[in-house]
Amino acid sequence: MAQYKLVKCTINGKAVEKMVDVRASLTDMLRNDFRLTSVKKGCEVGECGACNVLIDGEAVNSCLYLAAWADGKEILTLEGLMNPDGSISDIQQAFMDETAIQCGFCTPGFIVTATEILASGKEYTDDELRKLLSGHLCRCTGYQNIFRAVKKTMLRRLGKTAEADAVR
Amino acid sequence: MNIVGKSEVRVDAFDKATGRTKYYDDLAPKDALIVKIKHSEIAHGYVTAVNTEKAEQIPGVVKILTCFDAPERPFPTAGHPWSMDPGHQDVADRLLLNRHVRYYGDDVCAVIAEDEVAAMQAVRAIEITYDELPFVLDVQDAMQDGAPQLHEKYKNNILAHTQIRNGDYEAASKEPGLIKVEGWYDTPTVQHCHIENHGCFCYEENGRMVVTSSTQIPHIVRRVVGQALGRPWGDIRVIKPYIGGGFGNKQDALYEPLCAWCCEQVGGRCVKLDCSREETFVSNRVRHAIRTHIISFLRPDGTFAARKIECFSNQGAYASHGHGIVAKGMGAFPQQYPCPNVEGDAYTVFTNRPAAGAMRGYGIPQAMFAGESHIDDCAKALGVDPLEFRRAHLMPVGFKDGFSKNELYTDSYNQCLDKGMAYIDYARKRKEYANQTGPVRRGIGVAAFWYNTAVFPISLETSSCRMQLNLDGTVTVQLGETEIGQGADTAYAQMTAEVLGLADYKKAHVVSCQDTDITPTGLGAYASRQTYTAGFSIRQTGLLLKEKILKYACEVTRQAVYNMDIIDSNIVRITDGRVLMSLSELSMTAQYNPVHSEHLTAESTYTIRNNAYSFGCTFAEVEVDIPMCKVKLLNIVNVHDCGRLINPALAEAQVHGGMSMAIGYGLSEQLLFDPKTGRPLNNNLLDYKLSTFMDHPDLEAEFVENYEPTSAFGTKALGEPPACSGAPAIRNAILNATGVAIDTAPMTPHILFARFSQEGLLHDD
Amino acid sequence: MYDMKALYEAASVENAIALRLAHPEAQIVAGGTDVFVQMREGKRAGKELISIHELKELSGICIDEEENIRIGSLTTFSHITKNPIIQEKINVLGEAVDMVGGPQIRNAGTIGGNTCNGVTSADSASTLFAWDAVIELTGKNGKRYLPIKEFYIKAGTVDLRVEDGEIQTAILIPKASYENTAGFYIKYAMRNAMDIATTGCSVNCRLSPDKKTFERVRIAYGVAGPVPMRAPSAEAAANGKPVTAETVDAFAKAVLEDIHPRDSWRASKAFRQHIAVELARRCLIESVKRCGGEL
Repeated sequence: MAQYKLVKCTINGKAVEKMVDVRASLTDMLRNDFRLTSVKKGCEVGECGACNVLIDGEAVNSCLYLAAWADGKEILTLEGLMNPDGSISDIQQAFMDETAIQCGFCTPGFIVTATEILASGKEYTDDELRKLLSGHLCRCTGYQNIFRAVKKTMLRRLGKTAEADAVR
Repeated sequence: MNIVGKSEVRVDAFDKATGRTKYYDDLAPKDALIVKIKHSEIAHGYVTAVNTEKAEQIPGVVKILTCFDAPERPFPTAGHPWSMDPGHQDVADRLLLNRHVRYYGDDVCAVIAEDEVAAMQAVRAIEITYDELPFVLDVQDAMQDGAPQLHEKYKNNILAHTQIRNGDYEAASKEPGLIKVEGWYDTPTVQHCHIENHGCFCYEENGRMVVTSSTQIPHIVRRVVGQALGRPWGDIRVIKPYIGGGFGNKQDALYEPLCAWCCEQVGGRCVKLDCSREETFVSNRVRHAIRTHIISFLRPDGTFAARKIECFSNQGAYASHGHGIVAKGMGAFPQQYPCPNVEGDAYTVFTNRPAAGAMRGYGIPQAMFAGESHIDDCAKALGVDPLEFRRAHLMPVGFKDGFSKNELYTDSYNQCLDKGMAYIDYARKRKEYANQTGPVRRGIGVAAFWYNTAVFPISLETSSCRMQLNLDGTVTVQLGETEIGQGADTAYAQMTAEVLGLADYKKAHVVSCQDTDITPTGLGAYASRQTYTAGFSIRQTGLLLKEKILKYACEVTRQAVYNMDIIDSNIVRITDGRVLMSLSELSMTAQYNPVHSEHLTAESTYTIRNNAYSFGCTFAEVEVDIPMCKVKLLNIVNVHDCGRLINPALAEAQVHGGMSMAIGYGLSEQLLFDPKTGRPLNNNLLDYKLSTFMDHPDLEAEFVENYEPTSAFGTKALGEPPACSGAPAIRNAILNATGVAIDTAPMTPHILFARFSQEGLLHDD
Repeated sequence: MYDMKALYEAASVENAIALRLAHPEAQIVAGGTDVFVQMREGKRAGKELISIHELKELSGICIDEEENIRIGSLTTFSHITKNPIIQEKINVLGEAVDMVGGPQIRNAGTIGGNTCNGVTSADSASTLFAWDAVIELTGKNGKRYLPIKEFYIKAGTVDLRVEDGEIQTAILIPKASYENTAGFYIKYAMRNAMDIATTGCSVNCRLSPDKKTFERVRIAYGVAGPVPMRAPSAEAAANGKPVTAETVDAFAKAVLEDIHPRDSWRASKAFRQHIAVELARRCLIESVKRCGGEL
C-alpha cells in the first residue's frame, strides 16, 4: 500500500509542505511536485551530476536522496538563483559570457555545484577547482569553458578583477 | 555588416543558465502512462514463448505487448533523407519488437503502466523462453563460413562490400627497392553519452499521432514512424524541443516508433518512454568498431608507390546507417595522401552487438586512428620526422576529387600544421624528447584529419527556410536544421541578421523548436552541415524577404528599389545614406495599410549541390609513466580550417567538445561485452570511462580562416572534425615517448601493460 | 521512484535497533549512494528500507577518553576529509575518502555505509585495514567491538548481527595505531574522478627516532582479493629493516606472496599484480617522506 510522508522543507528560500510518496527520490519530488525542471535526470544513479541540488549548502545528487529526507532541510535548485526582480547571479552570467553552455543539460548541476564552491569564499588552485567540479559529466564542452567561468567568478568575488580578466 | 564573425552570446544561453529551458521530459503531461521495455537476455536466438501472467497481475500495469503482437512491418531507422531510388533506400530490418533477437538487449516486450515502478516490476516479472543460437561478436569471425547468421539476406553477415581500385596496386608494389609498412589498427565500440538520454512521449490528437521526442531529425522521424505504423506520413506530427545533446545517436529513429505504437494500443492515450542510461548504451546506437589493415609501399624518398587498405566495420545487429560509415572512412584514404596505385576494400558486417549508427565523425575518427597511426609508422620506417613526412605527402593545394568535385583551394594543411607546431613548441620538444630512458617519458605527436562538410553527392542536401517580418522590425526564422546544443540557432540568427541588414542578431528570432506541422521540411542535424547547408537557404530566403521589403518600401517612400538597402534595421537610401524609415515603421505600414495590406514573409528551399573539404590537425604532448602503464596528456591543441567562423566563441567551444571526445576515444572509452554471453559489461557512466573534469589538460582550439568559396557565408564543417585527429595524435605521442606503437584504441593501462610487457619495458621479476 | 516496499525511518539508535528486530529482512540505508543504485538495478527492488540517515548522533569525529579517534558511522566522506582531527592524525584517511566518486557522492556517502557494504574496492577500507581500525556495533545487547579484519566475512558480507538488531555506530582508530605514524594511499583507477579502484593501496609506517629504521610498516589493499586485505609478508619484509631502497624493493615484491587478485573484465590478474607491486613501492616511499625519512 502506498505510504506517504508530510515533508516540510525550504525550497529556494520558501517554506513548503508536501505529502510525498516515500518511494520518491528528491529528484522526483522537485520535478513532479514543484515543477523545478532544472533538476535533470541523466543517469539516476549518481554518476552524471545532472540532478544536483544544494541541501543545507552542500551539493548532493538528488537522484540518490529520498524525498522523505528533505524534511527540515534547506534546498536550493538552479531556479533559486534568480532574484525576484529577474536578475541572475554572477556565476550564471559567467556561464553565458564564457560560452560554458551548449546543450544545457548538465548546466544546472554545474552551476549549483559552482554555487557551493564560490560560497566558501576560498581561492582554489586550478587542480582543486577541477576536483571540486569533477562530479559532473559533460559531453559538449570538454569542461574547458565551464572551468573558465567558475575560475573567473571566483577571482572576481575575491576582488581580483584584473586576474579574472586575464584568465583565458 | 559584421554580425557574422562576432562571438555573440548564444540565443538560448539565458534560459539554459537559469534552468528554464524545456526538454522533452519537462514537457510531458504528468499523467502520461509509462512504457518500459523487456530486453533480451541472450545475444542471439528466437523467442519461443512469453509468459506475462505474473506481470499482468501487478497493480498499475495497463498493457503488455510482446513480440508476438508486433506487426511484421519492417522499417529502417537511419536518419538519412528518403531516396527516390529504391536501390539506395536505407535497409528496412527493424521490427517494433523481435522474436528473432540479435543482441543482448534487443527489444522483446513493452510494458505500459501507470508508473515506472509498476512498469519495471512487470518487466522483471515477464518470463521469456528462448531457442538459443550461437552468437558472434568479432567482425572478422562473423564473416567466416559457418558463423552465426544474423539476417537471412546477407550471406556471411556482410551487409555491404565496396572497393577502390585506382591504378595497379599489385604491379606497383613490385617496384624494386620499396619499403613495406604494414599495420592492423583497431578502434572500439563507443557510445555518444549525451547527458540527456533519448526518450519521447506520444498521444493522439484529432486522430493524428503527436510525437514529442529528443531527436536530431524530426522530419525524418515523422517518415519512419509512418513507415513503422503503416500510417500515412501526414498522420504523424513530430515535435522536437531542446535536446540534451545528440552526437549522432539521435540521428536515428530510436524509440519513437515503439512509443507511438504503444500509444495506438492504448487508444491514443499519452504514453512516455524514457531510456535509462543503461539502455542508452546498449539499445540505442553506438559508434562502429572498425578494424583496419593498411599496407604502404614507400620509395626511399618517401613517396608512396602503392597502398592498400582493408576495413572491417562492426555493424552490430541491425543496419541503421550501415555501410555509409566505413565507406566514408575508406573514402578519405586515397584522398588524404594521394597515391596513384590504391586498392581498398571495406566491409560492413553484422554481429551480435548493439546496432552501430551515426556518431560524430561518421567513420573518420576510425579512419584517422588507422591512417594517421600508419603515417607515423611510415615515417618511423623511413627515419624521418612524422610532421615533415606529412607536409611532403598530404593532399596538395589544387587537389580535386573526381566524385564529390571537392577541391582544396588553399594550403589549409600546412597552415594548420604551422599553427599547431608553434603552439606546442613541436621542434624543440621533439628534440628534447629523443633518447629518453627513465621510467617516466614524454613525447609529442601529431595527426592530421580529412573531412567532408555535408553529404552531397551521396545523398540529397536540401534546406528550407521561412522568414516573417514582425511588426517591430524583427524577423522570425524557421529551419528544419535542428539546434542540438551545438549553437546552430545562434549562427542562424547571426546569418539572418547579416543578410537582412538587421541591427543585431537579437533582431532575428530563430524558432528553436521544430514541429513538422509548422516547420519547413529539413533534414535535421547531422554531418557537419547545419551552418553550411542552412546558410544557403537563409541567404536565399533573406534575399527574397529583403526584395519584398524594399518593394514595399518603394511604394511608401517612392524611392527606387535599387537605391535602397536595409542597414541597421532601417530602410536607407544608399545614394545619400539617408534613413527613410525604420524596418518597424515599414512593417507596421505594410501590415495595417487600409489599401494594400501585406504580411511580409518569404520561404524557399535551396538544394545544395556542393560540398567542401574541412581540414586540420591535432598536436598532443604526453607523459607516460611506464611502470604504472599510464598516459597523462599534458598538452593538446586542435587547429581547424573550417572557413570563416560565424561565431568564434561557439566555434572554439565546439572544438573543445570534440577534442574531449577524441581524448576519451584515444585513452579510455570502450563498451565491453562478455565473450561468453554477449552481455554488455559496462553500460553505465561509472564503468564506461567518459573523461571527467580531471582527465583533461587545457584544451586549445585554434583556427585558420580561409573563406570557403562554395559556401553561402564562407563557412564549412566544424561539428565533427574536432573528434577526428585527437586519438592518433595521442598514439603518436606515446610512440614518440616510448618507441612503442599502440595500435588498439583506447590506449588504456590494460593495453599499455600488454604492449610494454611485450616490448620488455616492465621489469617485473 | 524507488521500488521500495516500505520505509522505516529510525528516530534514534535504539529505535533503529528495534526496527531491525521488527523487520529483519529490511535493508539499512545510510547515505543512499549504494543502496539506491542497487535498488534501481533491481537487486534490492521491492525491499523494505530502514533509514538511519537522520541519526545526527552517529555523525561527527572526536577523540574519545581512551584517545581513540572516533568516527561516527554516518560521517560523510567530505566531512572526514575536512575534519581537523583527521587532518592532524590520520590525514591519509581523509585523502583516501576524498577519492570516492565525485564531490556530491562524498557529500552524501558515509564511512559506515562504505564498510558495511563489504566491498573490496571501498576507498576507505584499505586505509582502515592498514590502521587496524575497530568497528563499533550497537545492538540490543549493547556495544560490540571488532577489529575491521574480523568485521569483513566475505565479499558483500560483514559481521552485522541482524538477530541482535545491530547497526554499525562508529569506527575507531586506536592511539597505538596512529601515534607517530604517517601513511599514503594510491587509488589506481582508469579515471581521475568518478571511478572505482582497479586496485587501492594504503601504506603507513613508523620510523625509529633517527629515521633510519622501519619500526612498523603496515600495508593493505582493496581489490587484491574478495575483501580488503593486509599483506603480512610485505610487512615482515620491512619491519625492523633499514630505511633503504632495497628494503622498499623487498617489501614491494613480497606483496605477491599475500595478495590474490583475480581475472575479471575490469583487469587481468597479471596486471593487478604488477600494479600492486608498483603501488606498494610508491606508497611506502611517500610514507617514509611523510615520516620525515629519506630514501
